[in-house]
Amino acid sequence: MHQWMRKSGTIVNHFKSLLLVTNNLSSWRSYSFVKRSQFAASFAHNLPVADRDFINSSTHFCPRRFESVKSEKIANNVDDNQALELPEGKVKFTPKLRFISETADERECCYRVLDENGNRISSSNYVEVSKEVAIKMYTDMVTLQTMDTIFYEAQRQGRISFYVTAAGEEAINIASAAALKIDDIVFPQYREAGVLLWRGFTIQEFANQCFSNKADYGKGRQMPIHYGSNKHNYVTVASTVATQLPQAVGAAYSLKMEKQDACAIAYVGDGGTSEGDFHAALNFAAVTEAPVIFFCRNNGWAISTPTSDQFRSDGVVVKGRAYGVRSIRVDGNDALAVYSAVHAARDMAIREQRPILIEALTYRVGHHSTSDDSTKYRPVKEIEWWKMEQDPVTRFRNWMENNSWWSDKAESEARNSARKQILHAIQEAEKVDKPPVADIFTDVYDSPPSHLCEQEKLLREAIKRHPQDYPSDVPL
Amino acid sequence: MGLRRFGRLVKWVGGNGRRPFSTSSSSSCDEMMVQQIASGKSLNLYSAINQALHIALETDPRAYVFGEDVSFGGVFRCTTGLADRFGKQRVFNTPLCEQGIVGFGIGLAAMGNRAVAEIQFADYIFPAFDQIVNEAAKFRYRSGNQFNCGGLTIRSPYGAVGHGGHYHSQSPEAFFCHAPGIKVVIPRSPRQAKGLLLSCIRDPNPVVFFEPKWLYRLSVEEVPEHDYMLPLSEAEEFILENWNCGTQIIREGNDITLVGWGAQLSIMEHACKDAEKEGISCELIDLQTLLPWDKDTVEASVRKTGRLLISHEAPVTGGFGAEISASIVERCFLRLEAPVARVCGLDTPFPLVFEPFYMPNKNKILDAIKSTVNY
Ligand SMILES: Cc1ncc(C[n+]2csc(CCOP(=O)(O)OP(=O)(O)O)c2C)c(N)n1
Ligand SMILES: [Mg+2]
Repeated sequence: MHQWMRKSGTIVNHFKSLLLVTNNLSSWRSYSFVKRSQFAASFAHNLPVADRDFINSSTHFCPRRFESVKSEKIANNVDDNQALELPEGKVKFTPKLRFISETADERECCYRVLDENGNRISSSNYVEVSKEVAIKMYTDMVTLQTMDTIFYEAQRQGRISFYVTAAGEEAINIASAAALKIDDIVFPQYREAGVLLWRGFTIQEFANQCFSNKADYGKGRQMPIHYGSNKHNYVTVASTVATQLPQAVGAAYSLKMEKQDACAIAYVGDGGTSEGDFHAALNFAAVTEAPVIFFCRNNGWAISTPTSDQFRSDGVVVKGRAYGVRSIRVDGNDALAVYSAVHAARDMAIREQRPILIEALTYRVGHHSTSDDSTKYRPVKEIEWWKMEQDPVTRFRNWMENNSWWSDKAESEARNSARKQILHAIQEAEKVDKPPVADIFTDVYDSPPSHLCEQEKLLREAIKRHPQDYPSDVPL
Repeated sequence: MGLRRFGRLVKWVGGNGRRPFSTSSSSSCDEMMVQQIASGKSLNLYSAINQALHIALETDPRAYVFGEDVSFGGVFRCTTGLADRFGKQRVFNTPLCEQGIVGFGIGLAAMGNRAVAEIQFADYIFPAFDQIVNEAAKFRYRSGNQFNCGGLTIRSPYGAVGHGGHYHSQSPEAFFCHAPGIKVVIPRSPRQAKGLLLSCIRDPNPVVFFEPKWLYRLSVEEVPEHDYMLPLSEAEEFILENWNCGTQIIREGNDITLVGWGAQLSIMEHACKDAEKEGISCELIDLQTLLPWDKDTVEASVRKTGRLLISHEAPVTGGFGAEISASIVERCFLRLEAPVARVCGLDTPFPLVFEPFYMPNKNKILDAIKSTVNY
C-alpha cells in the first residue's frame, strides 16, 4: 500500500487538502482511493444529507465512523460500478451497511476418504498409496502405538522422567510424514514423534533420547521426547509452543532462494495457534511466498483448555484465508485423507511457491503428558468414544484388510516385533552412560569462552571435594 | 531495626519430588488442602497461594484471576476451586498466548481492576516480555501518571524442579529487575507466599511474582488463615495481629551475610547450619522483593559481618547477585573483609541430566562461606 501511495502522490495530496476542510474523517486513507473527480463532487454536496435508515439501525455508532460510512454510500450513489483500484485487485463499493459475519453459513467441510469402518467413500478423490507404502504406514503406526505404550509405562515406573504420547494422532503423524520427502524440513511441536519414526530414526535412538544417555544427540540436556535429528531434517523439539512456526517460514524461504525441490513443514496444536508466532508465521509465509506447510493438529484440547476457550472461529482452517494462505480441513483420523492432503499441499507449496495451511481434526486420546490426568477436566465417555469409535489405526487397518494387504497374522507379527524391539531398546538405553560432565559446557557457543572454561574448572574442583553431591552415572 | 529471628522455618515433608508440575495430583491431595484451609493447620505452598487468591477474589469484587488452564485449577493446582467459587467470568482460561494474557491484564488493570494473571511457567513468560517491559513497566511514567496498570500482578512458577530441563526450570528474575516500573517479588515459603501475594495484588504497581515451583508441595508450614499482607521492599520486622509474620532476616549471625530468595533459601539455610558447626556464624537474609530491593537491611548486615555471599539459581553472569554485589561494594567498601562471593547457576542453558552440577548446592555455598571467612 505504501508503494501505491508514493506513486499516487497527487491523489493523496488532493485528499489531504479535503481533509483539512472537513476534518471529520477518521482515516483519510480509506478515502484516497475513491475515483477522484466524483469523490470531490459527491462528498462536498452530499455530506449534510442524513441517512435516516442508517441512524435508526445503529444508534450507538461513534459519530466519526458514521460519517465515514455515510460518505462511502454517497460516493456509491453516483456510480454503482465504482471500485477501489488496489495493487491487490479491485475493491467494489456497496451501499449496504453490512458487516462480514463472524461465522460462515456453514462450517468448513472436512475432507475424508475413508469412513469410520475403513471403507473408501466411493466419490472420494485421493492420492493412490502403493501396497508397499501402505504397509510401511500401517507398521509404523503400530510401532508408534507400541512405543507410546511402553515408554509411557517406563515413565510410570520411574525409569524416565517424562513422556508424551501421540495416541489418537497416529494417522496424522505417519500419513503426513509419508506424503513428504526426506529433503523437506520438519519443524515439530512435540507430539509428532511418528514423523521422525517414518524418516528412519530408530527405536534405539528414541530410547537414547528419553533415557538421556550419552548416545542422545541432544547430550541429555533436554527432557524426554525432545527429539531432533539433523540427518532426518527434523529440527530439535523445544517445549516452547509455536516458536517453530515462523522459523519454518525462514527455512522455507531459504529453500525457495536455493530453488530446492523441497518444502518446510511446521506442526502445531490447536492451542499453539493462539500464540502470536502462529499469526506472524502465516503472514510472513504469505508475504514471502514461502513453500511451507502449516500442519495444525486440532485435537480438541490444549492441556485442560478446550478449543471453545481457545478460539471462536470455525477452527483453524478459516484463518488461512485471512492471511492469504490456501487451506484445507481434513479428517485427522483418516490416514488416506491426511496423506492425500499433505501430498497435494506439498506439490502446490513447491510448484507454486506458496504456503498451505492444513487443519486436521482429531482428538488427544491420551493425557496431555505423564504429568496430567485428563479425567479431571473431560468426560471419560468422550475419551472412550474417540478411542473406540474413531481410532485411526483400526480404520486404516480395515482398509488394508479390505485390500487384502493385511491379515491377523501380519498384525500379531508386527505388534510382537515392535514390542520386542522397543523393550530391547530401552534395556540397552538404560545401560549406556550419561553424557560426560564436559558436555555441560560445550555447545553453549561454537567453542567454550574463557568464563565457561573457568566455571568448568571450578565445578571439577567442587566435584572432587564433594563427590557424593553428584550423580555417579555421569562420567567426569 | 529489629533483627528478631523469624520463628519457624519451612518444614520439609517427604514426597514424590518427581511430579511437581502435574495436573494429576490425587484428588485426596485437593481434599487435604480444603481440610487444611478449614482447620487453619499447616499448608503447602500451592495451597497458601490458593488461599491468597481466594481472599483476593473474596475481598475485591473487581479482582480477576486468569491464565492458561486456570479454570480447572492450573497445572500446579494453585487456582483449584476458584472458578467454582467465583464464577467463570472472574476466574477463567485464556487462549494459549502469554503476550495476550499480560496485555489483557494491563488493560483490565488500567480500568481499575485487580488483574491476577498466571503465566504457566516462568520459562514461557518471554512472549509477554514486551507487554511487561515496554508496557506494564512504563504505563504510568509515559502518561505522566494519567494512567497506570498498578492492579496487575503476574504470577509464575520459576526455578529448578529436578527434571525440568531447559524450559521448566529457568529463573528469569534478573531480566525483570532491569525494568524500572515493575516490582519483582519471590516468596520462600507458604506463609511468605500468602502474605506477599496479597500485598502484590493490592500494591498500586504492576508486580511480577515468581513462585518457587519446587516447593509447591514440599514446603509446608503453618499459615494464618486470615487475610494478612507482608510488606514489599522492607526488611523491618513487623507484627500483624500478634503474628510474627515476617522479617526477611531469617537467621542472625556475625561472621558473614548471606542473601538469597525463593527456593534457594532453604539450601542456604542448610549451609548456614553446617557452617555453624564449624564455628562460623551466618546471617541469612531473604530479599523477598528484588525490585525495588532493600539495600539498607543488607548494608546494615554487611556492616556488621564484613562479608557477603549471594546465591541464586539463575546463571551467575548478569544475575541479580551482580547488582547486590555492586551496590554493597559501593556502600561498604571499607567494611568488607573479603570479596563478595556469588554461588549461582552456571552460564549455560538449564541442562536436564546435569542439573545437580548446574545448581548452587549446599556444599558449593558452604565452601564459599569458608573461603570468604578465611580470606
Ligand atoms: C509458550 C508456551 N506457553 C505455554 C506452554 C505450556 N504448554 C505446554 S503444551 C500446552 C498446550 C498445547 O496445546 P496444543 O497446542 O493444542 O498441543 P497438544 O498438546 O494438544 O498436542 C501448553 C499450554 C508452552 N509449552 N509454551
Ligand atoms: Mg491440542
